[in-house]
Amino acid sequence: MGLNLAWRLLSLALLLLCWQIASTASGGNNLPAPWEVLQRIGQEARSGALVHHMAITLGRVVAAFVIAMALGSAIGYAMGRNLLADRLGDPWLVLLLNLPALVIIVLAYIWIGLNEVAAIGAVALNKLPNAIVSLREGAKALDPQYDELAEVFSLPAWTRLRHILAPQLAPYFAASARSGLSLVWKIVLVVELMGRSNGIGFQMNVAFQLFDMTLLLAYALPFVGVMLAIEFLLVQPFERRVSRWRPRAA
Amino acid sequence: MRLEVAIEAKAFRSPSGGLHQALGRLAFGVPEGEVAAIVGPSGCGKTTLMRLIAGLDRDYDGRVTLRPGDRLGVAFQEPRLLPWRTAEDNVRIAAPNATEAALGVLFQRFGLSEHRRHLPGELSLGLARRVSLARALAVEPDLLLLDEPFASLDGATRASLVEAVAEIVACRGMATLLITHDIDAAIRLADTIYALSPRPATIVRRVRIDAPRSRMSPQAAAALAREIGAPP
Repeated sequence: MGLNLAWRLLSLALLLLCWQIASTASGGNNLPAPWEVLQRIGQEARSGALVHHMAITLGRVVAAFVIAMALGSAIGYAMGRNLLADRLGDPWLVLLLNLPALVIIVLAYIWIGLNEVAAIGAVALNKLPNAIVSLREGAKALDPQYDELAEVFSLPAWTRLRHILAPQLAPYFAASARSGLSLVWKIVLVVELMGRSNGIGFQMNVAFQLFDMTLLLAYALPFVGVMLAIEFLLVQPFERRVSRWRPRAA
Repeated sequence: MRLEVAIEAKAFRSPSGGLHQALGRLAFGVPEGEVAAIVGPSGCGKTTLMRLIAGLDRDYDGRVTLRPGDRLGVAFQEPRLLPWRTAEDNVRIAAPNATEAALGVLFQRFGLSEHRRHLPGELSLGLARRVSLARALAVEPDLLLLDEPFASLDGATRASLVEAVAEIVACRGMATLLITHDIDAAIRLADTIYALSPRPATIVRRVRIDAPRSRMSPQAAAALAREIGAPP
């Protein structure tokens, strides 16, 4: 573990070194040095702007993620358990899976307007089909033996959900949540860039208009850092927790 | 009668389209407080019969009558524990109203007190069976269904489990249906033994055991086993 961490830190240090060299070689206009970006992050943080935009973007990420996972789980479960629902829903699902994110975003802004509902809805709709596919697989893999167990002991619906369904679906949910989170935060930036007047994506747009590379990196890097922290501190521990009961592979 | 079975026939459709008769005409009942055992060669349809009685398969001709509102306790042939819950939680989930004292007695009697916190993956088959039996008994059933509860256990484990079940069934006095190919266990536990024919299963012999079973001599038990096991 300690050695692993040491290698990671070394790798990170190498990246910073390459960045510094590239920055010096290019004269610093197109690629500001790490130190300059860090100073700018400090400035933006002190003025409160960084936290403000970050909080707004995170709020959108959470809202879109929750909506997509909740709807996706319900629809995926229904399709996995019910053949009719699967047959009717599958072509829609294939269509949605292959619809480019940009198309959904533009349509949402045109049809619903340049507002929060359209922004969050478009992001959620982009994630929705992946969640459905994953949970549908989970629902198809449910072991009928445990349904019979619930049947003969007349377990109430809540008990079935909590002790029989949820533990079997959790690995599928966790996998979907993990891939979903990274998809959602990337698309949120695009949505903000195209039609919102705040958030990290909006700041990217400002930086792009001004060709301000330092500003761009000063917003992009802390945001990536926060998303990585969520991945390591929330999503991965959740994944480990739900598969705790499985015997360890030797 | 706690349970009345009057099955005309049960058939399975094979993937190739043919019909396979699993059960023929079968009629018997289990009165209040008695233990009935169904014995028969493996593959004769015993588990199919258990599934019909438990209400897991309703596609058959005939009738299975349970008293309305009766609680069912089932121990499946494979222990069928939830692998993501501890032994104790497996029992509690099925029997949320069981008192701490009642669970303590059950765990004690089945020698599970030290395994309460273990996950099913950490238990041997014998221990998992005990948890499964404890679960079936913890719901305080009016009708207890046991499907091969002693299969694939070594001699000593099997004998101690048979004794534990005999004791609990005797003191609780619920109607019990034991499905097994183990004639000795059937003689030890049952008031009435029904011997089944090979597929499609019908009852070929009904043996009433009136002697107090725990006091039956080994010779008498062996003679009875020969009689039940003999071809009709």
